[in-house]
Amino acid sequence: MRRFALAALLLLTGCGGSPAVGTFAADAYPERLSAWGIVWKEDGALELAPQSFVYDLNTALFTDYALKLRTIYIPPDSRASYVDYEAFEFPVGSIVSKTFMYAVDDKGRALLDASWDGNPATLGKTEVIETRLLVRQAEGWDALPYVWRGDDAYLSITGDLMTLPTTTGDLNYLVPSKNECASCHATNHTSGAIQPVGIKARHLHRAHPVTGENQITLWEARGQLTGAPALADISANALWGNAEASLEHRARSYLDINCGHCHNPQGAADTSGLLLDYQVHEPGALGVCKAPIAAGRGSGGFLYSIVPGAADRSILTFRMSTSDPATMMPELGRTLVHEEGLSLLNRWVDSLQGECL
Amino acid sequence: MTIRPYAICIALLAVAGCSEQTPPAASSESAPAEDFTTTLRTALETAKPGDVIDIPEGRYEFKRSLVLKSDGVTIRGQGMDKSVLSFAGQIAGAEGLSVSGSDFLIEDLAIEDTVGDALKVNEGNNIVIRRVRTEWTNGPDVNNGAYGIYPVQTTNVLVEGSIAIAASDAGIYVGQSRDVIVRNNEARDNVAGIEIENTIGADVYENLAENNTGGILVFNMPQIPQRGHSTRVYNNKVIANNTENFAAPGTAVSGVPKGSGIIINSNDRVEIFANEVSDNETANVLISSYFSANYAGQRELAESFDPYPEEIYIYDNTFSGGGNAPGSDYLVQVRDAVYGPEGAFPDIIWDGIVSPEKPVELNVICVQNGEAELLNTGNGFANPSVDMATHDCDVPKLAAIELEAAGAE
Repeated sequence: MRRFALAALLLLTGCGGSPAVGTFAADAYPERLSAWGIVWKEDGALELAPQSFVYDLNTALFTDYALKLRTIYIPPDSRASYVDYEAFEFPVGSIVSKTFMYAVDDKGRALLDASWDGNPATLGKTEVIETRLLVRQAEGWDALPYVWRGDDAYLSITGDLMTLPTTTGDLNYLVPSKNECASCHATNHTSGAIQPVGIKARHLHRAHPVTGENQITLWEARGQLTGAPALADISANALWGNAEASLEHRARSYLDINCGHCHNPQGAADTSGLLLDYQVHEPGALGVCKAPIAAGRGSGGFLYSIVPGAADRSILTFRMSTSDPATMMPELGRTLVHEEGLSLLNRWVDSLQGECL
Repeated sequence: MTIRPYAICIALLAVAGCSEQTPPAASSESAPAEDFTTTLRTALETAKPGDVIDIPEGRYEFKRSLVLKSDGVTIRGQGMDKSVLSFAGQIAGAEGLSVSGSDFLIEDLAIEDTVGDALKVNEGNNIVIRRVRTEWTNGPDVNNGAYGIYPVQTTNVLVEGSIAIAASDAGIYVGQSRDVIVRNNEARDNVAGIEIENTIGADVYENLAENNTGGILVFNMPQIPQRGHSTRVYNNKVIANNTENFAAPGTAVSGVPKGSGIIINSNDRVEIFANEVSDNETANVLISSYFSANYAGQRELAESFDPYPEEIYIYDNTFSGGGNAPGSDYLVQVRDAVYGPEGAFPDIIWDGIVSPEKPVELNVICVQNGEAELLNTGNGFANPSVDMATHDCDVPKLAAIELEAAGAE
């Protein structure tokens, strides 16, 4: 197996030039990320398949301040189709990649306060940690975690727990296992089918990080998306930091992408009755004056998920404010508190009117 | 980062295996391949229907959750004290073992000291959990994980021969499930020993619930998709559940007074019979609506939620002792007022709250239990009284639960 992968790698890359994009059966996934021809390193720099489409999201999932480079590859002469509210449908052979990295200082320590506009050309000095692939097979999507070691990344079905030096101390960085990928990507927990989380109209409806054009328009112009309605008819989530959007819209956008993959009516966390995806939910389902069901000490000692006007007595903001794995939310994907996101949600909860019994 | 563009090419060409790579800047937990923790994690991650994953005798330490997503998997250890999965050093993940899949069987192992729930099975049909011990080895502590054995939104569930110790919420907790048998288990030193919540059709029998805050709970909670009903609790021993409540404030069970034997809260069609219930110092049996202060914590309600317990049938139990040291100030006041400070509650207490829309012919609580008395503590605890004639009735008996699970014998 390993020898085969190596041969394939040499054949495809010849140690230079663009590799062809690979297709692999589910029982023969390559050990090396480079064999896919989607993301690889050349002269120490990340290279992307020229056919792939770099994209960015409105408010994105928080992952310990990691920078994320997202691409999607759609096989030649085929296209994705637009779907209302849920993830777009993709043709077999499509590959979504998300590469996690940190800007680093001259000692190689990760900088947690770095910002980046999402344009690969402006990416500075970085430590690349992992690349996650979603691969569209005939049976559905597969999720594959690859961990970077040196100049390639290696398939790591079991995930990994790393210690990452940062300018503010060591960080426990969790690379999700294959099944942990499904913990977020099986957005319909009953079917268990893996779906992209971010590739939905409301997340994509924004300026492209390189060209500045609307991403949905651009995708259509490439002939890789069909069925999209007029832009004016597509609702867009807010960027959480966009002060021009309403506080509620920013807060709901934040909850949607950070919580809605489990906290939706079909999600793994429907057991809690707390629904945080961006549909119209009655206030109780959104957490207003809602008692916890099985939160354990995740309640933080508080009675309700959201107490209007009182973020300091609300379970929802409590669980965002802790990094204790037993009590924090989301359960996976961070070991730090997203202080800016927490501040946004605190302000939103504090702005709500009403009172609980 | 150190960049060596040509070194990689040379290495690739020269080294057949390519296994030696530039060392990562970040250090990793990856253990040697022969380490069983890695073997187990890999087996779970790559599991397919029909797989049997054996856990040899030994103690295995994990820093992050184990996750299984495949249907049709059996996990089998060598015994509850022989094959031990320890999460004492856990730093990531909210459970010990997290499972979603049908036709799942786990037996003969222990899961210890998880940061959150020990064994959570979220959605699945035909679930068998047999001779599994979940334990927080430090004993009762608010910082222990919430649930030991925790199937939720499951159907055809068998939990048997298991031991659950020192969960900060419930030792064995079956939530939002259907067709459930919980038998021959032992639950001790938990806040709630065994809890059946929002579940339709459960038989709970031949268990021992001892030294919990509350022994066996049958609850309904509002604002979740399934309302429960139809549970039989019989042939259990529910003894001296007088442990101080150590649940996190805000949780439903944080309102359970210590010294509660069997509690029914907001649930309907519950049969309690042929149990031995003794020395539970608040009361051997408590029945309450969701409104009842200090039974389960009063909260705001969605209008659609039915907070009233109805068609509760209590018969042929053996009660002794208990009721002599109620576990909440309010109940102490009621006890003092009715029975004096040296007195004791009778075996059954009820908050007396009845739906204003209840049909006249619907029985709320029927008791056919010899000399056992029921104290209606009064709506708002205003007029405590015993009136057994009110409860001299019966409720059609529930049929036994029969499971489809292949692993259920």
